[in-house]
Amino acid sequence: MRVHVELNGVPQYLDVAPGEPLLSLLRRVGLKSVKEGCDAGDCGACTVLVDGRAVRSCLMVAPQVQGRKVTTLEGLGTVDDLHPLQEAFLETGAVQCGFCTPGMILVAHELLSRNGDPTADEVRAAISGNLCRCTGYVKIVDAILLAARWKREGKWR
Amino acid sequence: MAVETRRRGAVGQSVRKVDGPALACGKPVFTLDLDLPGTLVGKILPSPHAHAQIVVIDTSEAGRVPGVRAILHHGSVPRIPYTTAGQGWPEPSPYDTVLFDTKVRFVGDRVAAVAAETEDAAEEALGKIRVEYKVLPAVLSPEDALAPGAPMIHDEPDADGIYDAQRNIAAAVDIPVGDVAAVLAASPVRVEAACEIPYSQHSAIEPHCVIAYFDDAGRLVLRSSTQVPFHVRRIVARILGLDPARIRVVKPRIGGGFGSKQEVILEPVAAALALATKRPVRMAYTREEVFVASRTRHPMRVTVKLGADRTGALQALDMEVLSNTGAYGTHALTVLSNVGSKTLPLYNKAKHLRFHGKAVYTNLPVAGAYRGYGATQGYFALEVAMDALAAELGLDPIELRVRNHIQAGETSPIFEKIGEGREGKPQVVRSCALPQCLRIGAEHIGWREKRGQRHCDGPWTYGVGMACAMQGSGITGVDMAAATLLMQDDGSLRLLVGATDLGTGSDTILAQIAAEELGVPVDRVLVYSSDTDFTPFDTGAYASSTTYVSGNAVLRAAQDVRSQILDVAAGALGERVADLELADGMVRSRRTGKALTLKDIGHRATYVVDQKQIAATASFTCPESPPPFAAFYCEVAVDRETGVVRVERFVAAADCGVAIHPQGAEGQLEGAVLQGIGHALCEEMWFARSGRCVNAGFFDYKIPSALDVPHIEAILVPSEEPTGPWGAKSISEIGINGPLPAIANAIYDAVGARLVRAPFTPERVLAALRAAGRG
Repeated sequence: MRVHVELNGVPQYLDVAPGEPLLSLLRRVGLKSVKEGCDAGDCGACTVLVDGRAVRSCLMVAPQVQGRKVTTLEGLGTVDDLHPLQEAFLETGAVQCGFCTPGMILVAHELLSRNGDPTADEVRAAISGNLCRCTGYVKIVDAILLAARWKREGKWR
Repeated sequence: MAVETRRRGAVGQSVRKVDGPALACGKPVFTLDLDLPGTLVGKILPSPHAHAQIVVIDTSEAGRVPGVRAILHHGSVPRIPYTTAGQGWPEPSPYDTVLFDTKVRFVGDRVAAVAAETEDAAEEALGKIRVEYKVLPAVLSPEDALAPGAPMIHDEPDADGIYDAQRNIAAAVDIPVGDVAAVLAASPVRVEAACEIPYSQHSAIEPHCVIAYFDDAGRLVLRSSTQVPFHVRRIVARILGLDPARIRVVKPRIGGGFGSKQEVILEPVAAALALATKRPVRMAYTREEVFVASRTRHPMRVTVKLGADRTGALQALDMEVLSNTGAYGTHALTVLSNVGSKTLPLYNKAKHLRFHGKAVYTNLPVAGAYRGYGATQGYFALEVAMDALAAELGLDPIELRVRNHIQAGETSPIFEKIGEGREGKPQVVRSCALPQCLRIGAEHIGWREKRGQRHCDGPWTYGVGMACAMQGSGITGVDMAAATLLMQDDGSLRLLVGATDLGTGSDTILAQIAAEELGVPVDRVLVYSSDTDFTPFDTGAYASSTTYVSGNAVLRAAQDVRSQILDVAAGALGERVADLELADGMVRSRRTGKALTLKDIGHRATYVVDQKQIAATASFTCPESPPPFAAFYCEVAVDRETGVVRVERFVAAADCGVAIHPQGAEGQLEGAVLQGIGHALCEEMWFARSGRCVNAGFFDYKIPSALDVPHIEAILVPSEEPTGPWGAKSISEIGINGPLPAIANAIYDAVGARLVRAPFTPERVLAALRAAGRG
């Protein structure tokens, strides 16, 4: 079947199998930032934004995104033009192996769209569904708080 | 935070990770992010039995599933015993594994493998392989394995290097120093602690994965999420009877390893399937397979007996280990050895020592290398025993450590007695800031105000505890790393290292080490790593080795390149080398002030006069393994009604020498502590009576989320390691050794109950409270 979806800002038609997980569709079309860590909704590595809300793409089937906007990390910034969240993750040392990073940044993106001035506890709650095994979460929390400050200071595009 | 930083050039600066932007943008840099046309999916058929003989295996129906391209099992591959441990040569682990065997030894063991056009076809084929098993009695605990008449797990005649296969003992050690029994018996104060660690899993977020394919010349390429590309090449060649020169192993970015990828697990299977089909094959473990069929920490019971005089001076120290290596003996001997070799030197005031133990086979998942590598298990028991000794003596636990710990300029006989599966080498500790770690950590946690207060808030009682640890920096006499550094025609540099960045930041650190020597910004050094075709040899990323061992190789190469640069400059400027200095991308004469940029020098050497490639390759072997040191402090709250333990604060103060990249070093320390807190509070694999793991997923096997842990305070306490590159020692493992004993000791401070079995679940805390008469 064919779904119509706005993928990282570009409207397009995609052929999908009815039961195909969204995770598999996104990786199949080359969006490799979407990572598979558990295929059970437990680790958050496959997080993407659907209509601005963070979802686990391993738990959705591709036809569910019919008519919706899907954003993956590829839709935020590029190596030459980093999104402030990406900049903040690098600035604070929040990227270690980088495998959980796409999901973390997208969850942070959703948090900051709802709450521009989160406390550290609110950040921890927001990322609690995204597992990281490299950091102690310290620098990830720092990164999100830093990006929030930049946003309040008008430094986001 | 870092206590007093010494500003240099590139070293000591938390520069941007060289791979950071690509990772932060989700670029396709991991193993499975590469799509090759015509790639087949490889899958493994796991054993449903803990211990069974394969009587018949029939693949005829499976082979008829559309899309199936190959099915491999014991009848279709050569039988060559090997070890999956990715270690140096000679390999210290027993050769007790074959690619596919006629016998299975744990639930999840490899029976057969399928390559098919799609995942669905592969799964369907697995379901249609008919296997007739003769089920054998299974051994599900180390005690049962050692019982007289226990079933023999490795009865195959071609296994090599097993200590005593008849008795299921994979490895054994017994190292006495002095007369521990007599001195213990005569010691005025004695304590004993027996601590147990269960099956736990590394839980790297990226599962084990590999793509096997052929290059244009028909050579086999393995793109693998591995910590040991050079060992993979050597081992796969031997198992499959290939010329190693026909194999290339590439490690792209990897999503965490922590020791579990110091194992050669999927690579030979994927390679065999690729050879059988002449097609690219990708294999990835599911999360369940990662838990069951990759590797785990060695479950252990470690018993420590301490004898001291009434001032707290240790006189005798006996450590006994019973290690469960699971179905195969990968890392069995070396992890066992490290339980003692990484712990006993810390308290070198005890002159009478004995370290003894066994690693035994069971019909359970296979234990292997895991960050800490035995030291984690050893420190749990040792530091709980030290806490008990302090209590017995009425002495502050910090003071007891101060009176007994090793110091700079001192040694321990253990360094020489216990090595990596053989004897070690004598070693003097040259740098040790443990006294400062102890003091600074105590100040941060508020030790003096909080210790022994048993402050209560409703059902919650608060307490503080501490522990110390050391580790090493590489493996003495075994590890070797090499680096090649080239200057390009534009004066920029290209650094080629076999070293394996696992997300640890080592590519960045190695660039910093070179940049510091050559006086250039880090971004002038392009790093290319971990490719057996294009980078020089490195034993790999394990044993806390990369900064120290690979870093020293890089430093040597950079020193050589520096001298070549100065030679070219001297010729160009008509100056003597002795008058030249290299800094800020320029060579300048101190005498005349004449200067050249590195760009000028690169251009001149490449195109103008005495044309040559400015380049050097250097190697470093590890004559000693300087230990980092750390002091850990934590505050816990214990709910006396429910047994729930909350870690309120955790402070880790570590001496890793000079931190090349302080932010990265903090990240290593924080991450290791986080895993240690997981070990202490929640991580344990559970097994049914059939030997099947029943919580092989993140829903039931809980690793800490951001809500489960406090803000971890990592403090870098500098020392200067004279043998380290720019004064550096290791940092990646030590942090995992602290949380188990520090949290156990804090629980004791809070409620007077000793927790000796990890994890400290509510049930176990309540049981310990009852046992202590406090429940």
